[in-house]
Amino acid sequence: MIAPTPTQQEQAAALQLDAQGNLKHFLTLDGLERSLLTDILDRAEGFLGVARQAVKKVPLCRGKIIANLFFETSTRTRTTFELAAKRLSADVLNLNISTSATAKGETLLDTLRNLEAMHVDMFVVRHADSGAAHFIATHAAAPVAVINAGDGCYSHPTQAMLDMFTIRAHKGGFEGLTVAIIGDVLHSRVARSQITALNTLGVAEVRAIGPSTLVPARSEEALGVRVFHDLRAGLRGVDVIILLRLQHERMDGGFLPSEHEYFHLFGLTDKRLGLAAPDAIVMHPGPINRGVEMDSSVADGERSVILEQVSNGLAVRMAVMSMCIGTQNLWLHAAGQQPPAEVGDV
Amino acid sequence: MTATDSPDTPSPGPATSLYRDTAAVEAAITDMAQALDTLLSARGAHAPLMIGIHTGGVWVAERLHALLGLTEPLGHLDISFYRDDFTRIGMHPRVRPSHLPVAVDDRHIVLVDDVLQSGRTIRAALNVLFDYGRPASVLLAVLAERSGRELPVEPNVVGLHADLAPGEHLKLAGPDPLTLYRGSPPPGGRSVAEDAAP
Repeated sequence: MIAPTPTQQEQAAALQLDAQGNLKHFLTLDGLERSLLTDILDRAEGFLGVARQAVKKVPLCRGKIIANLFFETSTRTRTTFELAAKRLSADVLNLNISTSATAKGETLLDTLRNLEAMHVDMFVVRHADSGAAHFIATHAAAPVAVINAGDGCYSHPTQAMLDMFTIRAHKGGFEGLTVAIIGDVLHSRVARSQITALNTLGVAEVRAIGPSTLVPARSEEALGVRVFHDLRAGLRGVDVIILLRLQHERMDGGFLPSEHEYFHLFGLTDKRLGLAAPDAIVMHPGPINRGVEMDSSVADGERSVILEQVSNGLAVRMAVMSMCIGTQNLWLHAAGQQPPAEVGDV
Repeated sequence: MTATDSPDTPSPGPATSLYRDTAAVEAAITDMAQALDTLLSARGAHAPLMIGIHTGGVWVAERLHALLGLTEPLGHLDISFYRDDFTRIGMHPRVRPSHLPVAVDDRHIVLVDDVLQSGRTIRAALNVLFDYGRPASVLLAVLAERSGRELPVEPNVVGLHADLAPGEHLKLAGPDPLTLYRGSPPPGGRSVAEDAAP
């Protein structure tokens, strides 16, 4: 993992934003400013209330078609994206590409062109290769919007934003917080996006804790984190603990002696949790491996906000999707050359 | 809805002038309370649920709620997700979550807004309301009513009838004190009313 150069950041921002700074695609947090991240969190706040309605739907994306393109399997992320789209009243297509056309030899670009011919308005993309969502955003015909639902080891921006939402809900803000990210930082797109988000939102310190085989070399300067290879030292006084899943599917070498050994050194137990700040919260992007990343008593304990993260994920994804669709509507409207309404909605 | 983005802003901007001072606004709200009381009694709706539309509608509803001596908490409605101009102007950045303290099913509802012009806000508010349940009835009370209706929406209780030119708009500043301003849209830009619409 190499931190993007400023040029890459500028490119990412240019691809994601329109001339007015509105979100067109949501691919990475690199290059996005604090004000935009805060804006996403503020908007997500409004969507929490939809869950309290008898009819848990709002008509913002009525008549829009959103296709979930999952080249890599996922239950939680795909389900929350699907539910978020449905709560926005969009029509949802779930395409499990790993078992469909690409397996028959169709290229990614051909798959894309076929879906465009069905007038899909938004793609939600998950892919095992880093950069897949960027590729689709670059090649999709305007104004189709693309949201990255996780690509390789690179980025998982909606997951990071729902984590930020959860942190803000518990801590009130980001100033002065010390956040520890524990585990497989090397393979984790979640960690990478979280670190970018935390630094952009201005926490006091981000710590990366893990065995030296799973924390990238030169992380301190490249990612902007303080590295610890000793869990106890790293946990001292932290306000937020984020555990990462051990990614067996991305580990093709001898990164760890055994899961047992990992738990012995880096697993979160109640006793170790005692080293953190008394009001520290425990987070995990899921799915959790009980007895590997943490004890069951921690996962189900009162400091755990893991299930809250899932609920918040819905609101954050509704916010991001509606922002991208809203921007798209602006373009379409501009293309129709109808003047905006003279009088407001009163 | 023509409230300013920041509820604490005393004046909505340079392109505006005073339309009704605080005393006149408060007097209009007192008249509204009286008219509402009479209307609710006539309809046999003795314990209505009052709901204000963000932001100015909530301010007016707070006054009416106190004047009528209602005991149940006030409901707040944000219509941002139900606007019909989402496709034109995108989403309003600051959505305050709707909050309805009790179920609306089988209740007599008093819906309160500050300014009624096109009727589109009320159309959206009714849609929000019905996504929460099925009320027994809905009454509409507005502080100021003016020309420019685009939908068949008429209020049951009106504080004042404003006589404005088509390009002008009314804007309620609050929450304390409440003052009505009139203004015209700034040249070449989006109208203030549009920016401030919920």
